[in-house]
Amino acid sequence: MIDLTTTLSNLKLDNPIIPASGTFGYGVEMAELYDLNILGSISIKGTTQNARYGNDLPRIAESSSGVINSVGLQNPGIEKVINYELPNLAKIFHKPVIANISGFSVEEYVYCAERVDKISNVGLIEVNVSCPNVHGGGLAFGVDCEKVAEVTKAVKKVTTKPIYIKLSPNVTDIVSIAKSAEQAGADGLSLINTLLAMRIDIKTRKPILANVMGGLSGAAIFPVALRMVYQVHKAVKIPVIGMGGISKAEDVIEMMLAGASAVQIGAANLIDPLICKSIIEKLPELCERLGIKKLSDIIGAA
Amino acid sequence: MRELVFTIQKNQLIAKHMFNFVLTGDTSDIMKPGQFVNIQVPGFFLRRPFSVCDWRENELTLIYKVVGNGTEALSKMSAGQELSILSGLGNGYELREIKNPFIIGGGAGVPPLYGLAKRLVEKNITPKIILGFNNSDEIFYVNEFKSLGLEVTVTTLDGSYGVKGLVTDVIDNCEYAYVCGPLPMLKAVHKKVSDGQFSFEARMGCGFGVCMGCSVKIKDGYKRICKDGPVLNYSEILWDEI
Repeated sequence: MIDLTTTLSNLKLDNPIIPASGTFGYGVEMAELYDLNILGSISIKGTTQNARYGNDLPRIAESSSGVINSVGLQNPGIEKVINYELPNLAKIFHKPVIANISGFSVEEYVYCAERVDKISNVGLIEVNVSCPNVHGGGLAFGVDCEKVAEVTKAVKKVTTKPIYIKLSPNVTDIVSIAKSAEQAGADGLSLINTLLAMRIDIKTRKPILANVMGGLSGAAIFPVALRMVYQVHKAVKIPVIGMGGISKAEDVIEMMLAGASAVQIGAANLIDPLICKSIIEKLPELCERLGIKKLSDIIGAA
Repeated sequence: MRELVFTIQKNQLIAKHMFNFVLTGDTSDIMKPGQFVNIQVPGFFLRRPFSVCDWRENELTLIYKVVGNGTEALSKMSAGQELSILSGLGNGYELREIKNPFIIGGGAGVPPLYGLAKRLVEKNITPKIILGFNNSDEIFYVNEFKSLGLEVTVTTLDGSYGVKGLVTDVIDNCEYAYVCGPLPMLKAVHKKVSDGQFSFEARMGCGFGVCMGCSVKIKDGYKRICKDGPVLNYSEILWDEI
């Protein structure tokens, strides 16, 4: 029997597979396809204080082995998430979830963190300081060491649950940002968010996305994400959740070897809604083949 | 929704850039006309959404237009090849008990209206069909609609077939319409009808409601074209914003 369990701060997961925020909604659509309780956890759609419609359409452009989105944090707002989406998810998923929160000011992050901290099925709070799709908002925090530290400290002050800061890859040195978050008291880190990207329609000669730019995810970004997880894991002592282009069980092993304690699956859910299930089913056999008895033993082994 | 494997039975050019695509597989997830399937075309990252033209047990008919690299690649596939398909997506048209509705379609928006017309006829409802195309080279399925025993009016922009002009030129006294076609056509048609259901197109990420890639504002909030649509009701659509 292969041991797939892993730990994120005080949260023990049955396995390291977590659907990434924004690629799994609040679970209800996916629950039509399989019992979500096989998952390690679920990172819910990013939530802001007030409801947001997001950016104009088109919000989706394709690229080789990837997708560029400019959804722009569409969400129903924190109250509806707490009163409707989270209780609803608790009915179909009986494990602690990851509450992903976003904000446009330190006060908004604090407000959202304080609210979700009190919710019983929230096991961990993931603070998104790295959405590339909102002007003058999320990304500005995530690219500046001091601002990341300021948000981290402020959120830590009002919460009891583990705080994981979700980092942007759109920076010159992700390691220094990671260290700032750690020094400011972050319990862990999630990386990477999407890479800023764009496409142009050669017939109309205009950008495909209404927002012009968006975030690239999917298999195309896996080696970049892997490199960043490797660098960050070497530089910090707190756990890292690795994500970015993971689309098969082998990628999970590779990401954990780079230093991830758990992984999130994002864009792959959009093209294969059963991908998390397939990966979880394949992991024991793959571990067996690779001589892994306890999956968490390989974290950072590369 | 289910992820299923379908086998290509037929992939035939039937009009300029239009292919009649017949597949064998489990169609039990398709409940209503106007629903769609999301096809994984080998070599492309995202799936491609296609509206269902018609279906019966173990047979799915789609009619698609070659508009880009994905549909170009699909048009080169042949009988016997298999495809991964997410089936039974979207809400589809609600079959209303209205005696003489209009069915109004334009170009690549015509296919789902055939499946709809067929099911309305089965309920003893006789829709009046109006189909618009650019020119005679692009016309398809007119005879199939006629075979259902329905009155069909065809318009072409250049007058090379049927009535010269737009579908809106021949809409007269329409209380209720089922509509599918390009956005400018939907907008023009809505001004000529009192009520109805309109099917929309969008660039989608997932096709089943989790990514928020295709949300549009409606009067009471927003709807995801893929999950809450693609068919929206006349009265909920914000025509100036969509």
